[in-house]
Amino acid sequence: MAGNNGGKRGLRVVGKPFVKVDAKAKCIGELKYADDLFLPRMLHTKLLRSTVPHARIISIDVSKAKAYPGVHAALTGADLPPITYGALPVSEDEYPLAIGKVRMVGDPVAAIAAVDEDVATEALDLIDVQYEPLPVVTSIQDAYSMPEPRIHEYGELGNIHRRQVYEFGSVEAGFAEADHVREDITFYEGSTHLALEQHASLAQFSHDGKLTLWTSTQDMHYLHRHLAKVLEMPASHIRVIATPNGGGFGGKCDPFNHEIVVCKLAMVTGRPVKICLTREEVFYCHRGRHPVLMSTKTGYKKDGSITAMHHRTILDGGAYGGHGVASTFYTGILQPTTYTLPNYRFEAVRVFTNKAPCGPKRGHGTPQPRWAQEIQMDKIADHLGLDPAEIRKQHAIAPNSITANWIRIGTLSLRQCIDKVVAGSGWKDKFRKLPHGKGIGIACSAYMTGTQTPIYYNKLPHSGVQLKLDRSGGVCVFCGSAEIGQGSDSILAYIVAEVLGIDPFDIRVVTGDTDLTPVDLGSYSSRVTLMTGNAAIEAAERVRHMLREAVSAKLEVPGERLSFADRRVFDSQNPDKGVSFVDAVCLAEEKYGTLGTTGSYKPPAAPGKYKGSTIGPSPAFSCTAAIAEVEVHPETGIVVVPRVWIAHDIGQAINPVLAVGQIEGCVYMGLGEALMEEMTYRGNRNLVHKFPSFLEYKSPTTLEMCDVITYLVEEPDANGPFGAKEVGQGPQLPVPPAIANAIYDAVGVRVDEIPLTPDKVLKAIRAKAKGQEGRYGPSVFPTCPMPPAMVVPTPFQGGDGKALEREPAVSKK
Amino acid sequence: MMADNGPDAMFVAGGTDLYPNMKRRQQTPKVVIGLTHVNELRTAKGQPKDGVVLGANVTLSEVTNDPRIRDAYPAVARAAELISTPLLRNMGSIGGNLLLDTRCNYYDQNYEWRKAIHFCMKKDGEICWVAPSSPRCWAVQSSDCAPVMVAIGARVKLVSTSGERMITAAELYNDDGIRHLNKRPDELLTEIHLPPVNGWRATYWKLRRRGSFDFPVLGVAVWLKLSKDGTVEDSKIILGGVGSHPIQAITAERMIAGKKLTEELIRDAAQAAYQPAKPLDNTDFAMTWRKEMARFYVAGTLRELAAQN
Ligand SMILES: Cc1cc2nc3c(=O)[nH]c(=O)nc-3n(C[C@H](O)[C@H](O)[C@H](O)COP(=O)(O)OP(=O)(O)OC[C@H]3O[C@@H](n4cnc5c(N)ncnc54)[C@H](O)[C@@H]3O)c2cc1C
Ligand code: SF4
Repeated sequence: MAGNNGGKRGLRVVGKPFVKVDAKAKCIGELKYADDLFLPRMLHTKLLRSTVPHARIISIDVSKAKAYPGVHAALTGADLPPITYGALPVSEDEYPLAIGKVRMVGDPVAAIAAVDEDVATEALDLIDVQYEPLPVVTSIQDAYSMPEPRIHEYGELGNIHRRQVYEFGSVEAGFAEADHVREDITFYEGSTHLALEQHASLAQFSHDGKLTLWTSTQDMHYLHRHLAKVLEMPASHIRVIATPNGGGFGGKCDPFNHEIVVCKLAMVTGRPVKICLTREEVFYCHRGRHPVLMSTKTGYKKDGSITAMHHRTILDGGAYGGHGVASTFYTGILQPTTYTLPNYRFEAVRVFTNKAPCGPKRGHGTPQPRWAQEIQMDKIADHLGLDPAEIRKQHAIAPNSITANWIRIGTLSLRQCIDKVVAGSGWKDKFRKLPHGKGIGIACSAYMTGTQTPIYYNKLPHSGVQLKLDRSGGVCVFCGSAEIGQGSDSILAYIVAEVLGIDPFDIRVVTGDTDLTPVDLGSYSSRVTLMTGNAAIEAAERVRHMLREAVSAKLEVPGERLSFADRRVFDSQNPDKGVSFVDAVCLAEEKYGTLGTTGSYKPPAAPGKYKGSTIGPSPAFSCTAAIAEVEVHPETGIVVVPRVWIAHDIGQAINPVLAVGQIEGCVYMGLGEALMEEMTYRGNRNLVHKFPSFLEYKSPTTLEMCDVITYLVEEPDANGPFGAKEVGQGPQLPVPPAIANAIYDAVGVRVDEIPLTPDKVLKAIRAKAKGQEGRYGPSVFPTCPMPPAMVVPTPFQGGDGKALEREPAVSKK
Repeated sequence: MMADNGPDAMFVAGGTDLYPNMKRRQQTPKVVIGLTHVNELRTAKGQPKDGVVLGANVTLSEVTNDPRIRDAYPAVARAAELISTPLLRNMGSIGGNLLLDTRCNYYDQNYEWRKAIHFCMKKDGEICWVAPSSPRCWAVQSSDCAPVMVAIGARVKLVSTSGERMITAAELYNDDGIRHLNKRPDELLTEIHLPPVNGWRATYWKLRRRGSFDFPVLGVAVWLKLSKDGTVEDSKIILGGVGSHPIQAITAERMIAGKKLTEELIRDAAQAAYQPAKPLDNTDFAMTWRKEMARFYVAGTLRELAAQN
């Protein structure tokens, strides 16, 4: 595997808890986030946002606002080219400022640049907008029953944005083979990222016609492309600098209207222009977890093996496309990556509603289906009288296999993960043995380490790293990745230090600047460590080769005998014979001239060849097992989670402390989604967000956070740098279902709907006490006309990765 | 100053209620009169046997940490300690807490949000969005200390240029989300008189989503006077957070009068006490569940006090 000089032996940096490169600056408040930036003569921006959920704009009058003292510019949609943009090429449906209509409360309608925020805010009150209200689409049900008025002019039908139907193998045959078939309807509520840093951006337009944007973005590269498109400027004249993000979690992946607006305002006013969103506005940017209604019908045998699954999902997408089409795929496409699943049918629908747009949040589209399957697995185990930990272990997918939907799995130590948490939690002594009100539950998951394809089609590298070394001995790493708190800058330093035998502290890391750094696609999809890491290894190995040649000539020692460690290059057979790292660099500079190398990374091709097969495959899959312990108060329904045991197969932790930090963060987020977080709206009151504030949008405080006992399972994967796989997202997936399953163990009721609030738990407990079904959750799954399935024979059927030709008669329908 | 500026002026103590409200343009005073440096308001005087007098500007942290309050008025200390976060308790005053604006999640929103639903009668509008057919505002009494003060029979001193008056805490509150205080805007709250401690007992239970930060969505304060054999001689059962004022559960109080607090009686009293709770859909949590919890909380508080001997 890349970067590994013969197993784990001899690793000096990788696997060690080195301090993060930006830790001290962060702790003492020295790090500059976007809102900390000030430029001389800078103006401030406020956006006027729609106060109606769905309406045609009759007129906008900004004349009074423009004349207000202190105001330098007022923009409306008419001041920008009518060019749409959006995260995915298939759904570019956003304008920086509304043109023609507004689609949600919070849609930006006009922008003011003024000497300060107060003046800008006062000027907003002077803008007169006339709306002609349109009927409002509040929910999945509305979207199904109201094809008109359409929120967007594109999409499949009416307010249905996307539909997709795949059948891998034959579910009918699979169900026929099963001993039992059960169908569960479940719901997973939407939630938002709640990054502490509110989005902020600062734009500057120089007199030579070049534009610079500093912004809190996770995906600088894609943003760069969108700016070029919407502002009608060559990308080479635009510089985007991704400032350190105070948390992202997927909320800063999309290109945002405010980013484009400050650029335009900087161009119009000739002055630097800044915006910092309020917390409420961040709720409107959203792009968080899709609320998903699911129906999961599964055939299984007496031993708990699954013969077929028919999984249907409906996503409430909100007002825009964003990453939604990808999210739609993810509500089903990774379902076959955890337990053996020979036949799989997946149907998904995404609808438009007049709410803040959903998108990628930690786990992007996969916590919902994982929840559906994992609570169902618990019911299956219960029905068969089997231990839910055992049946998961027995049917865990085999490493180095290909799933029914043609996803190649490399290493996958799910069984070891289960063993770890079962032993650590004392599962065998607790499951079904704890006193009433106390319970324990298990769930598992697998997750991808980056996607195989970029967001727009191209054959270029996904990640590039450039190294610069000079006679000072200094090593500088350049990479287009965005540091969002996860530690991506540090990972680059650790990896280069490991390869060159120096200390991470010796290395300067420059990231997130389209002028200075080679392209990296961004901090999404758990791709960064694997992809930038592999690119960094390639660049570092190339320069190590140059140093080796130069030192070998000087010392007259064969190159392959030279070792790089402790800031020295030396003869491994005679360690006293060697040169310092600085001298080695000088020798190489003398021999080769100015030193610089590059490295790049592109994921391996995937075996699937059907349309859509590019979503899901990944260079490597991580997996996780989690056990949650709960206390449920039978008279109030209040659920407390004192402890979670979690084991994660990370391949190789580049830094175990950072890895454990990611896992604890995942547990935290999973706990919040499980117990309280809700992105809800007042459907009957102009569809306003119920509580766009940190106080009333409930998420756990440190007091609600459970103890977490983490086990890192390290089985290096050939595709990862030093064998590393992802850790930032996957560990969140099993947390909510483990908690729901533990509630059943505690009080014998099923709550099939996230969040597991006390009123729902109490209703289920009361229903059970009355002799009814001890369950709370949805019972109806609405349907809409679906296109015919794309049928793909599975590897087990001897398929070749392609879809069957559709009957022409069917495809015309 | 107050006399000069009339209704456009407001007092501010810690500002933890008023300033956020001003930022959201819910309360829009033109003049704000700071009280932080009025030393007379910053002291706590007296001993429990004769009653302790708290200056209105004593901070919630000071209330919580005062040994007299902790030992002799544990219910007051507990209510103060359960308020929000340590940072807010260091800033927030006991007086400001008793005068806390009523809350509603149609009202505690910023200006643009309220504009989007077309404002409500508590500020800038005509209608109540929680109960559109209702002529009144149902914003919720959300102070943790208020129900305790009412339950234990504390009194407050109000001072203005036209003189001073002492009223009971119960008289301070009014069952209306807008005119929730029986206090004129020009009146300064100077002192809170806690009653002498002479054998009564009291407690306070708070329901909220999280262990910190959150306002009460139900607060139950109970005050009991028991005879030697455990017979209830007098009682007050006050529900906070489920109406626009601290609600007295009179039926339940009558039910337990002259009786011993058996488990059965506690259950019956709790059943009676939860009836007057009127939670609406304007705070955190499902309203029906909040009402249910009133029963559970009243039973819990009575049990706790009955067990103290
Ligand atoms: C995030 C958050 C959470 C909170 N959680 C809770 C909670 O859980 N429980 C709770 O009870 N409260 C809570 N609060 C509210 C508030 O912090 C407390 O009630 C605090 O005690 C208010 O005191 P203050 O001194 O800051 O009041 P201020 O904001 O200074 O004043 C409040 C009101 O009283 C008036 N006032 C103040 N002093 C006087 C005086 N001497 N005479 C006349 N009028 C006066 C002011 O004009 C104003 O109308 C919370 C607040 C926030 C922001
Ligand atoms: S209860 Fe009604 S009137 Fe009062 S604040 Fe809430 S919405 Fe407004």
